[in-house]
Amino acid sequence: MKRLFYILPLVGFLVIGAYLGVGLTLDPHKLPNMLEGQPVPAFDLPGLEGRDGKGFSNADLLGDVSLVNVFGSWCVACRVEHPFLMKIKENGWVPIHGIDWREPDRNAGPVWLRRHGDPYTLIGDDPRSIAAIAFGVTGAPETFVVDKQGIVRYKHVGPITEQVWAETLKPLIDHLREQG
Amino acid sequence: MIAELGHFALILALMVALTQGVIPLVGAQRNHAPWMQYANQSAILQFVLVAISFACLTHAYVTSDFSLVNVVQNSHSTKPMLYKVSGVWGNHEGSMLLWVLILAVFGAAVAMFGRYLPPALKARALAVQALIAVGFYLFILLTSNPFQRMFPPAQDGQDLNPLLQDPGLAFHPPMLYLGYVGFSMAFSFAIAALIEGRVDAAWARWVRPWTLAAWCFLTGGIALGSWWAYYELGWGGFWFWDPVENASFMPWLIGTALLHSCVVVEKRDTMKAWTVFLAIVAFSFSLLGTFLVRSGVLTSVHAFATDPERGVFILVLLLIVIGGSLTLYAWRAPQLKSTGVFQPISREGALLLNNLLMGTAAGVVLLGTLYPLFIDAVSGGQDKISVGPPFFNAVFIPLMTPMVAAMAVGPLLAWKRGDLARALKTLWLAMALALVFGIATWSLQSGQSPWGIVGVAIGSWLAIGTLIELADRVRLFRIPLRDSLRRLAKLPRANWGMTLAHFGLALAVFGITGAGAWKVERVQSMRPGETVNVSGYDFRFDGASEKEGPNYLITEGRFTVTKDGKLIAELAPEKRIYTVRQMPTTEAGIHTLLSGDLYAVIGDSNADGSFVTRIYFNPLVVWMWIGALTMVAGGALSLSDRRFRIGAPKRSAMPAGAQPAE
Amino acid sequence: MRFVLSAVLLCLLAFPALAVQPDEILKDPALEARAREVGKDLRCLVCQNQSIDDSDADLARDLRVLVRERIVAGDSNQEVIDYVVSRYGDFVLLNPPFKLKTYALWLGPLVIILFGIFAIFMFFRRRGDVVAEGGAAMPARDGLSDAEKKKLAKLMNGDGQ
Repeated sequence: MKRLFYILPLVGFLVIGAYLGVGLTLDPHKLPNMLEGQPVPAFDLPGLEGRDGKGFSNADLLGDVSLVNVFGSWCVACRVEHPFLMKIKENGWVPIHGIDWREPDRNAGPVWLRRHGDPYTLIGDDPRSIAAIAFGVTGAPETFVVDKQGIVRYKHVGPITEQVWAETLKPLIDHLREQG
Repeated sequence: MIAELGHFALILALMVALTQGVIPLVGAQRNHAPWMQYANQSAILQFVLVAISFACLTHAYVTSDFSLVNVVQNSHSTKPMLYKVSGVWGNHEGSMLLWVLILAVFGAAVAMFGRYLPPALKARALAVQALIAVGFYLFILLTSNPFQRMFPPAQDGQDLNPLLQDPGLAFHPPMLYLGYVGFSMAFSFAIAALIEGRVDAAWARWVRPWTLAAWCFLTGGIALGSWWAYYELGWGGFWFWDPVENASFMPWLIGTALLHSCVVVEKRDTMKAWTVFLAIVAFSFSLLGTFLVRSGVLTSVHAFATDPERGVFILVLLLIVIGGSLTLYAWRAPQLKSTGVFQPISREGALLLNNLLMGTAAGVVLLGTLYPLFIDAVSGGQDKISVGPPFFNAVFIPLMTPMVAAMAVGPLLAWKRGDLARALKTLWLAMALALVFGIATWSLQSGQSPWGIVGVAIGSWLAIGTLIELADRVRLFRIPLRDSLRRLAKLPRANWGMTLAHFGLALAVFGITGAGAWKVERVQSMRPGETVNVSGYDFRFDGASEKEGPNYLITEGRFTVTKDGKLIAELAPEKRIYTVRQMPTTEAGIHTLLSGDLYAVIGDSNADGSFVTRIYFNPLVVWMWIGALTMVAGGALSLSDRRFRIGAPKRSAMPAGAQPAE
Repeated sequence: MRFVLSAVLLCLLAFPALAVQPDEILKDPALEARAREVGKDLRCLVCQNQSIDDSDADLARDLRVLVRERIVAGDSNQEVIDYVVSRYGDFVLLNPPFKLKTYALWLGPLVIILFGIFAIFMFFRRRGDVVAEGGAAMPARDGLSDAEKKKLAKLMNGDGQ
């Protein structure tokens, strides 16, 4: 019994050590997707300049599988993924809608899009993070896969690359389309 | 050239450490004197080599040698010299070099000043110290080499994070490291004792000075960090229960427990296995802290840039050092026999209570710090939670309150069997005054905070109780005053040390209570000439101006503070932009009074020419720093006690109970 | 590392940590006090361990505004917190909830101290046994080698009476 006492610290440490080891493989910054399986939150954003006043609301997300991409002109990684978003648009694989998040002024977004290309079908202007918070966004770029019934199926944090598209997004989108 | 010299010196240090880790151990096992002696020489040589290495890195910073990657990443030619030097340790690689330097310092110090240590114990302890160093030398040389060159050299550097370009923060890491790396020595002694198979009063006496020195530095280092946060972060906060703050606090809690536990081993020949365990745990927490800061496993403001490879290396190091030591402990500790017995109500009992509460506190802080990781791992990366100040405050304060209360009673109890009734009766004045002050606080305070009342009451109890204990020891008012004074003068320094340290904590409790419970804040936009009243003081905003510093631009605001028309202070808070990294910082304008700090911060300017200003009155804050300094002074005083420096007499001649009462 | 890095740097900037701006403060002091209370418990998501009240990050500011809007619209403190949790999960709570998964966290301290008290109790129990059975005879002293023990035994049994 007494011996048992003396082994306890070692056992305790090994347990902690195991968790620390596992911890090395995890990313403490990656937050869970609270919206998975939930309907898209209600939002109604005004549009950007030069887009015929068309805004973007959750009602627009019914009928087809779509991507909702949160971006901003200040966001460096968004520029990294942007060419690939343009490729998606050119090939018409899936409609991409944009939430232009926290722009310092009304011109920043349109200017940036003119410069780098505009892959978005609809764009909402979200200077005060109303929609971003509703989606549980903590950074840009973040992209949500929404199905035909307006249910959020997946959230991708970070830039979308060829690999991400091929391995994760495309199969999911195809699957959701089949489901009808 | 110099950098290569530094690199080479480090490699040599590794080789020396390798031999130091083996030869003395074998020598101690075989009782071969020259091989045991080797530990002394190699420890000093190791120190010299690491010091050379560190000096070379410092030289590179001081001369702004931008052919070294490390210098490029963390320095800039326009940086003031003080921060060029402190930049040496303001980054991962350089701070690891500081780490091993301190490890070597303690080893060399034991080699040089531990004249009265029995050769076998000393040899083994130094060997263990060297083995730990080997692990860290390898870590630096293989994953975190500060001497890496780049070609072609950069034109200039990327500057040091502006937050670190500050006098307080320049000295914070060295002090912290002297603290928690210093606990390595207690650890090494503990392992040596386990290998030898015996722990006795002499061992406790030998361990104590090194542990005490480390504790003093750690206390100072933590206080320095808190002080920096207080004046730099712009709103008077000083502790955030951030994982890396916790990583330095846990060794402190265990180190304090260890100091008290050593006393019991020394005086009463009991609680040995527990004390050895504490010595192992204290340094283990230090190692854990190193892991947490540098592995990316937890989110923290303090974390260095992380790298999974480094994380794995340190984890393996942890497994070997901590796992190995705890295995040795499980195997050998049951053989440590104690002879002393004591009643639960006794001085030993009080020290045991200290250990219980400190140990639990450390355990609780560990739990809270690691819990998010636990949830993350168990859920396979799917679930994340946060454990923030609300949790830590909720569990820590109820643990510390009884401990602070017990601190006044403990020293008044006799060894072996204490008279609690008599002790409490002696403290009647402390009890009465604590009640009086508590009630006064309750009636005076504007923001009904129950913890404010508790804090004042318990702080008074401890402060007055400590003084009463001193008075009791010199039999004040019971014998002629002259005799009392003579006794006072003759009191061993260790006694004074205890009194000061305990009193210092009481002062710190006052400070923490005031700053935590009754802070007043006013946030508004002010135009030049406008006045805001905070806690009876009138702050008049006198406008802002633009200036230039050595490597930053300044927006300086000016405030004139008066009370009832009388001028109290002029404050000049700044908002700085460091040009290289384009990073802003705030410097608060602070005027310190004994009753509290007048604290002003200047924020952004508005379109209409007004500025956002934040004005605070932070009550009693200065007592936190005075309290911390007092604690360190108490520790230092204890350290200077001749009994420690002369060292314990040889083991065989050690009489059992003939110690002066302490 | 995208937005996170710049936001993290932003949070490291040591802007006044009580980062509430004058234009955010509600007119009604009671409501503002409630907003502060809620804010203290909500974590700034792009920072390291700061509450939204203490952080100067943009997202923190937007969350502060959201909290105040909801309070003004009539939500109770708990309802506001629940809304933010529904968006971001328990991670956003600096005060961890008391749920099945955090039982170990909240009950842990109690378990630890009870264990400590139990260990101390056992310690005194065993001490008592040792004193009771060993009496005043030589208690086992560590450090006696086998040779010394033999010698001692011989002395005790041999030359003695």
